[in-house]
Amino acid sequence: MKAKLLGTLATSLVLAAALAGPALAGPKEGGRANVVIQPEPPGIMTGIVQNAPAQMVGGNIFESLLRFDTELKPHPQLATSWEISPDGLTYTFKLHPGVKWHDGKPFTSADVVFSADKFLRETNPRTRASLSHVESITAPDDLTVVFKLKETFGPFIRMFEAGTLPMVPKHIYEGTDFKTNPANNAPIGTGPFKFGEWVKGSHIRLVKNPDYYEKGLPHLDEIYWHVIPDAAARAVAFETGKIDILPGGSVENFDVARLAKTKNACITDKGWEFFAPQAWLWFNHRQGVTADVRFRKAVSYAIDRKFAHEALWNGMGKVSTGPFADSTAFRDDAAVVKYDYDPAKAKALLKEMGYKGEVIRFPYMPYGETWQRWAEAIKQNLEDVGIKVELIATDVAGWNKKMGDWDFDISTTYLYQYGDPALGVSRAYVSTNISKGSPFNNVGGYVDADVDKLFAEGATGFPDSARQKAYSAVQKKLSEDAVYAWLIDLKFPTITHCNVKNLITTGIGVNDGFKDAWIE
Amino acid sequence: MQTLWFLSSRLAKGILVVLAIVVLDFFLIHLAPGDPAAVMAGESGATDEIFLQQLRVKFGLDKPLLTQLGLYLWGVVRLDLGYSYRQQMPVFDLVMDRLPATLILTGAAFVFSLVIGVAMGAWAAANKGRPLDRLITTVSLIFYATPLFWMALMSVLVFSVWLDWLPGFGFEEVGGHENFLERVLDVSRHLVLPAVTLGLFFTAVYVRMTRSSMIETARMDFVKTARAKGLTERVILRRHVLRNAVLPVVTLAGLQAGQMVGGAVMTETVFAWPGIGRLMYEALLQRDYNLLLGVFLVSAAMVVVFNILTDWVYRLVDPRIEVAV
Repeated sequence: MKAKLLGTLATSLVLAAALAGPALAGPKEGGRANVVIQPEPPGIMTGIVQNAPAQMVGGNIFESLLRFDTELKPHPQLATSWEISPDGLTYTFKLHPGVKWHDGKPFTSADVVFSADKFLRETNPRTRASLSHVESITAPDDLTVVFKLKETFGPFIRMFEAGTLPMVPKHIYEGTDFKTNPANNAPIGTGPFKFGEWVKGSHIRLVKNPDYYEKGLPHLDEIYWHVIPDAAARAVAFETGKIDILPGGSVENFDVARLAKTKNACITDKGWEFFAPQAWLWFNHRQGVTADVRFRKAVSYAIDRKFAHEALWNGMGKVSTGPFADSTAFRDDAAVVKYDYDPAKAKALLKEMGYKGEVIRFPYMPYGETWQRWAEAIKQNLEDVGIKVELIATDVAGWNKKMGDWDFDISTTYLYQYGDPALGVSRAYVSTNISKGSPFNNVGGYVDADVDKLFAEGATGFPDSARQKAYSAVQKKLSEDAVYAWLIDLKFPTITHCNVKNLITTGIGVNDGFKDAWIE
Repeated sequence: MQTLWFLSSRLAKGILVVLAIVVLDFFLIHLAPGDPAAVMAGESGATDEIFLQQLRVKFGLDKPLLTQLGLYLWGVVRLDLGYSYRQQMPVFDLVMDRLPATLILTGAAFVFSLVIGVAMGAWAAANKGRPLDRLITTVSLIFYATPLFWMALMSVLVFSVWLDWLPGFGFEEVGGHENFLERVLDVSRHLVLPAVTLGLFFTAVYVRMTRSSMIETARMDFVKTARAKGLTERVILRRHVLRNAVLPVVTLAGLQAGQMVGGAVMTETVFAWPGIGRLMYEALLQRDYNLLLGVFLVSAAMVVVFNILTDWVYRLVDPRIEVAV
């Protein structure tokens, strides 16, 4: 009886598989993806231009040695395998054989050494910082590269991601001025798509790389990135079917919920795990009431994060509980002091410190409607507990200037954490990263010798258990000091027509190229 | 001879005006907080002192302001408008790249508003006080008072989203033209919504201007004389009233034409039209000084040129006018 049952089951399964055959036929080849790009990037040579839209287009042209899935585990890309020595000081990569640049020249270990040691060290501040831990980069043979470190550096492997360490062709750039090389306007990479054309103000076109080394990829024939400067017009372009893909942040949050309900719209918040953007409220630690920890705690208690999460961010992402974002490594929820919404506690703290109604200057981040509404909500929260707030409207350039000049009391912001505290968290807290002129360092001016030491230990600690110890301690200390008011671990939804398949497969989402995607 | 003297003296004055505008703009732009290096560094999400310094040296922002101005003016004299920090291209090339799209848009809007505006204004004047006059005046008042961006968004909503008659963004359908004619038709379809939206405001102005000017002219003695001579109303209106009433319209048309090269910031932004107006808007947000100055320079020059042309047309329309040299 049992055998018969099994037999029937097997027959049914075979039948089901046969019936499902056409549906499971696999990816459809060919076709064009129409995507929104905003703002139009200054260039798409990602070794030189690092802003988000440049990465989005350039991620199809340039590749790195590895890719990272949504769990941030490394996978082969231009490297087929890699080995880390037991002392954590030597990283050896074996390269994919038979890879060619888009101009037909072979890709070898010499290109890797040139990209990391020469090109990106000069052009990319983020890569430069990580490379400061490297003692030497050598190429024993055409398909092997060895990175030797001066000291262990925990997040080192994360550097081999397309946005941080894109491989650039040595034969084109060596001996030239990297920033003015004509190839920047028609970039040559190893990626699944080649540069087609760029009509400024209108569109960028990439075409399939027929000689791509991963057989059967990519599926699409071409990608068009359309420049549409107005957010409402971008939403309309999607609704009318002219656009297939709205990458995260293309439309205002209040349009997201509406678009998600339109016919044939699919929405995902995947693809931000590597960047782990976290929004918070800066406090200026240098002067006034914001230098008082009781005031900072009062503000942290006064803000209704759940409201903002639901009403302004459509429930995407997570309410922050501390300085490490949701997908950042070594996050330790048990170690942090939490500041849940509690206006009564906020009022008590203000009373205890003797707050006399000093006006708080709040030049909020001018990144569109959502950020403005959020600033208004925060102002209301703070006024509910008796804090006087002056909202200051600026444009992006003006805001950068204000932040860089430390001309504020509080302000909203968000920064990428790049999956590891040593890459994206410490920069906002360590005293060595205070310098006028940039809105993305420790602009709050927080100084604590213990915190500096713990972050240093975390960065160079080995193995991971040593790093965890330092990072747990730092999370405790930062939250006790209410250094900033952490708001939301953000996710920016990608909206597509549902016939766009397999678009987001890694932790950097649409920035990782469309090689796996197809249109049904 | 007098004409030549008129033109050359006007041109000389015009060049001085344009130069003064450039200098003024230069200082105004630098008064705005923030510099392009910080904006670009900010966009990349991570920065350090070396990076900022590299950008400042590259763009010459590390030099004193007066030196920067001197270098810029020296460039302008040699028709070199500098390099756009943000777009990574020479400003002159960028402006020339975008100029055709802007001229097509503003030119179409200009013709549309002038033709429809003058015709409707004349029609309203001929029917003064009747329901038709009231209808035309009211509609034009509504167009005059409605904000452009709202009109733009509504036209997209109605004609693009609901009715699906016309495309709502872009200059053309990218990557799909068989031949030149197909491309022309495609661009024309894309042109309808932005050109009409942009033209409606000026249409309303022309309607009101033509109407009131014609009504005023119709009261003049020479019209009575014409009527006494036994001319038909139609001939009186066309040959005597309209021709004399059209002078203020010419002034206005001159003004509108001068603004054409400046582009239409709002319309170009909403309709993703790749023209100069949008370029200027983006340059402003990104503190792309050279690009902004370049666009200002070209549009100031065009205003000057069109002012001279307007004076010229005055003389053609009404030979009684002697242009002061």
